[in-house]
Amino acid sequence: MFRTVAELVEIAEKENLLISEVMIRQEMDIKNKTREEVFAEMERNLQVMEKAVEDSLKGVHSVTGLTGGDAVKIQTYMREKTPLSGNLMLDAVSKAMGTNEVNAAMGVICATPTAGSAGVVPGTLFAVKEQLHPTREQMIRYLFTAGAFGLVVANNAFISGAAGGCQAEVGSAGAMASAAIVEMAGGTPQASAEAFAMTLKNMLGLVCDPVAGLVEVPCVKRNAGGSALAVVSADLALAGVTSRIPCDEVIGAMYRIGQQMPSSLRETGEGGLADTPTGRLLKEKIFGTTV
Amino acid sequence: MKYNSVFDIIGPVMVGPSSSHTAGAARIGLAARNLFGRQPKWAKIHLYGSFAKTYQGHGTDFALAGGLLGFATEDTRMSKALDIAKDKGLEIVFIEDSAKTDHPNTVRLIIGDDDDKLEIVGISIGGGKVEITELNGFQLRLSGNHPAILIMHNDRFGAIASVTKILAKHEINIGHMEVNRKDVGKEALMVIETDQNVEDNILLELKEADHIIQIAKIVS
Repeated sequence: MFRTVAELVEIAEKENLLISEVMIRQEMDIKNKTREEVFAEMERNLQVMEKAVEDSLKGVHSVTGLTGGDAVKIQTYMREKTPLSGNLMLDAVSKAMGTNEVNAAMGVICATPTAGSAGVVPGTLFAVKEQLHPTREQMIRYLFTAGAFGLVVANNAFISGAAGGCQAEVGSAGAMASAAIVEMAGGTPQASAEAFAMTLKNMLGLVCDPVAGLVEVPCVKRNAGGSALAVVSADLALAGVTSRIPCDEVIGAMYRIGQQMPSSLRETGEGGLADTPTGRLLKEKIFGTTV
Repeated sequence: MKYNSVFDIIGPVMVGPSSSHTAGAARIGLAARNLFGRQPKWAKIHLYGSFAKTYQGHGTDFALAGGLLGFATEDTRMSKALDIAKDKGLEIVFIEDSAKTDHPNTVRLIIGDDDDKLEIVGISIGGGKVEITELNGFQLRLSGNHPAILIMHNDRFGAIASVTKILAKHEINIGHMEVNRKDVGKEALMVIETDQNVEDNILLELKEADHIIQIAKIVS
């Protein structure tokens, strides 16, 4: 069983396997399940992700009205204009935001690794798909690769905003997506690790400061940032750029930074954007003055 | 390791908006219900830390209610769970508790009906994964990821052996096990996480074993 990214990459390289294959075999082993069973379970998750993106493109709005409708806006803009950041990038962003809009509207999503950060992995997957034309199996493998890296973070640091801030949620999700994009694009296991490190480095220190304690503002837009960064880091790694700080040490830094964060910046809705004049006003409007 | 399955990371499929505050809360509620063995009539729920600060925004309240009603994380009735609880005769009180806890997402549920009462403490550690850390005053560590059996027994020699012997006979493998007691020679709690689901006929057999008082099972 791998405990670090270094071990994960070593197993993949030594046995000449994809990261996704290492994860699939380990899952079969610990759960005592067949390959078909493990694939079927992941296929179900993939279907939930597809359905969420589909729903978001019809336009969804949360109960509070704070979020919703932006995914549709971006898709319309893409059809009518030429996006400066490119179609693939903006497609990933809109599908990531869309998934999180569905989440904020209390729709059904698949947590990857959490609900607040659930847009990044599927958003990038469905955007990259348009260019790389993967098979269904490769799309499912994308999720196993993302999950393999996520497991290392969860066991060596944290994946919840309450424990480690948004760097632990959208930071982890973006980094997981980077690694999965690299594998789908034909990069090496090591290149996946480099992409992961480069995304997470750019997310270090990101706090969890939800307005009114709701998974809406700024969560939906942080999914946009996470997915954009995921695509950029994947490209960097595929171009041969490497991280000076090894992947596992970046995860270690994320852990220590999270431990140093005051609780007001870890999903309590007390600091950061939640504590701006507008943030406080929105909270008052939604819950009244008594809360 | 706290997380060992890829589906701890890619998953669960759930009703939004928060894996720790909604899905995790629902799972803790469900664990409480499973341990109680039926739907309780009342619940007093103490929320701590981030749970106490943000439970309304995250739907932690309806998710806990949903769990107590037996809803899975992806059940689309989840956001209506507080109303459904009322209809089904389950009265719930939420208490924002300012006491310090080790984990920021901690909840204490005291549930019961006319016959019985149960108190558990759960923590939601991220991505929908939860642990049960206390049951009726006993400290324990239960991930909820594997099938588990909880056995109240008298703290006597041979009690543990009689249980493990029966499990071995039925080829049930133990993944994690711990024993906890409040006082020497008094009541004790055995927590056994297994790789396979433990069938009811085996539970009956366990119930008949020496020094066993009560048994509950959790299906993962």
